Amino acid sequence: MNKSVLLGAMTVAGLAAGAAAAGTLDDVKARGTLNCGVSTGLTGFAAPDANGVWDGFDVGVCRAVAAAVLGDPMAVEFVPTTGQTRFTALASGEVDVLARNTTWTFSRDVDLKFTFVGVNYYDGQGFMVPRELGVSSAKDLDGATVCIQTGTTTELNLADYFRVNNISYEPVPIETNAEAQQQYLAGACDVYTTDASGLAATRATFEAPGDHVLLPEIVSKEPLGPLVRHGDNEWGDIVRWTLNALITAEELGVTSANIEELSAGTNNPEINRMLGTEGELGAMLGLEADWAKNAIMAGGNYGELFEKNIGENTPIGLARGLNAQWTDGGLIYSPPFR
Amino acid sequence: MTTLTDPPKAGFRLSQLIYDTRYRSITIQTVAMILLVLGLYWLVNNTIQNLSALGKDFDFGFLSQPAGYDINQRLVEYTSQSTHGRAAIVGILNTMLIAVLGCALATVLGVVIGVLRLSKNWVVSRLMAIYVEGFRNVPLLLWIIAIFALMTEGTPAPREFKVGGDASMILNESVAITNRGVYIPGIVLENGWAASAFMNWMIIAAVLVASLFAIRAVRMRANAVQEKSGDRPTTWYQQLALLFVPTGIVMFLMGATMQFPALKGFNFSDGIHLRNSLIALWLALSLYTAAFIAEIVRAGILAISKGQTEAAAALGIRPARTMNLVILPQAMRVIVPPLISQYLNLTKNSSLAIAVGYMDVRSTLGGITINQTGRELEGMLMMAAFYLVLSLLISGVMNVYNNRTQLKER
Repeated sequence: MNKSVLLGAMTVAGLAAGAAAAGTLDDVKARGTLNCGVSTGLTGFAAPDANGVWDGFDVGVCRAVAAAVLGDPMAVEFVPTTGQTRFTALASGEVDVLARNTTWTFSRDVDLKFTFVGVNYYDGQGFMVPRELGVSSAKDLDGATVCIQTGTTTELNLADYFRVNNISYEPVPIETNAEAQQQYLAGACDVYTTDASGLAATRATFEAPGDHVLLPEIVSKEPLGPLVRHGDNEWGDIVRWTLNALITAEELGVTSANIEELSAGTNNPEINRMLGTEGELGAMLGLEADWAKNAIMAGGNYGELFEKNIGENTPIGLARGLNAQWTDGGLIYSPPFR
Repeated sequence: MTTLTDPPKAGFRLSQLIYDTRYRSITIQTVAMILLVLGLYWLVNNTIQNLSALGKDFDFGFLSQPAGYDINQRLVEYTSQSTHGRAAIVGILNTMLIAVLGCALATVLGVVIGVLRLSKNWVVSRLMAIYVEGFRNVPLLLWIIAIFALMTEGTPAPREFKVGGDASMILNESVAITNRGVYIPGIVLENGWAASAFMNWMIIAAVLVASLFAIRAVRMRANAVQEKSGDRPTTWYQQLALLFVPTGIVMFLMGATMQFPALKGFNFSDGIHLRNSLIALWLALSLYTAAFIAEIVRAGILAISKGQTEAAAALGIRPARTMNLVILPQAMRVIVPPLISQYLNLTKNSSLAIAVGYMDVRSTLGGITINQTGRELEGMLMMAAFYLVLSLLISGVMNVYNNRTQLKER
């Protein structure tokens, strides 16, 4: 009849699948596709395009993992999840990896038993309001009605921020970004709050983006990254080092354009090790020697993925900021391939 | 097998367990029992094994941890610093509120529509038929979302109520219909006796219930006098006084004052805020269930033989009184048992609340709490237990009522 039944069934399914969770790599290879949990639709991060093909920054991570493991970036089964269903989907084994703007927190890592393999976007929570309200600071929002996605860290941050600043608000809980957008545009809430990147992506799809402003306050740290279940370290390593390969590729100047040329062999030993012409890093992961090459060719390196999906030349128009390479003063940093 | 009285004879063969009628039923029952126990054992064992494989334990300690999230509609005191257990209670009360409101409105609508559907007026009976078929043949979720969308998209935002705006309040500036809900005047108790507003209202409710019992006593005495003397004493003013005076005095002593909603900042403040989520869920559940109740009422009325109506007419009773005094009391016996099922349906269907963001127990305990703590199994079991207890309570109360309206056979 309703969701509780679904969740209950998923819990039971999760209990049944839990025991088999140890060999995710074998499962994925046997299945021939990667099950990847994404959001129900957030332009730039994960959304189906006009042809129904999933595209976006988070989707890029899924495709890179599929390319590294299976050699085919299109061998991905995307499972749209809401803020509330995502963790059950991952814990139950319905998805192999969750790439859904999910904030890395202590309790999710330790108590919910997930392994965050890294950070692919450093974000923070922001507020969007219609320009005509004339609000210039989040501290002016006393008594406002706030649209908030349930089951997220932003929901908790919101409660903390308003309590600490001793201002009142009326939360309107909603399930998905699309619903939030509809409620916000209808004026059923004054403010929409979520990760600043999500606000920018949502605003980009409005008819008149200029009528809405993002308030200057960023009230939290939201390191977003892909995550896997506890208990299968080999699989966690594969996803972690696929993400690291994308980051290192940008740092070392390996792009989808020059990768064919570079994979013939270069003077840089780290590139050689990563692309499999030297050493056997692939075999250590239980993958082919050209795993990282496949991953990078799937959608380009980290910088290419960023620019193509959410960068300054897209309607979303996010600057690299914190998400620049460490060599450019950002926080994006990969351990060495050695 | 221990219940066997005559020991098997020397010629006992195993096939007798199946082919001999003396043993067959016991064989089948034993096998079924063993399978059931094995099934249960597998379920429990599987749960324990997989929980330990995931590194999780089975623990209700999370209920005393701070919840961290806010809830918009709360009937008892709650802040984001309250515990998950408290959040579950807020959700439980919200579920019970929508169940009570929904059952009440659905019953009233259902009875009226069921009776009107039997009307001799062609237009009225056809209209009611359209209502019934329309509502019961479209999924409930669609009605909830449709009413919610209508409320959100079709009504003005609070800021349009500002001076010079397009919208204005109705009913002498006391009610505002906005896309965030309906704001109506409310009563606040300025110096209540108990610590929380909820407890103050509970005291008032207790006084009201006591008054109702007193009214019943007055009526029973009037009945007794009528039985004896044939004259019924006039008691309506006593009943009216009993209904209003004690409650009024208590509320006056608590400093009850009317508060009218007024636009302040972003939203209306003061008064009572009926959120769109509540209104959409309430109306949709009531209208949908009313269609089923109407059919039950119609079936109940049709089950009463036509002779009853004719007998009443022969005694000179007017049609409206025939319905109230002769037909409906008898029809109740047919109506109540299926009505219980409809009440249970409505209560359980209220868990569709999440579609419009109504914070019922499914949204608090079964949604956000589970999501923040990862205690799916515990949360789901608690929710199942709650719905089970609530449903059993409803059917228990209704069964008591059913026993009282049943035909007393001697």
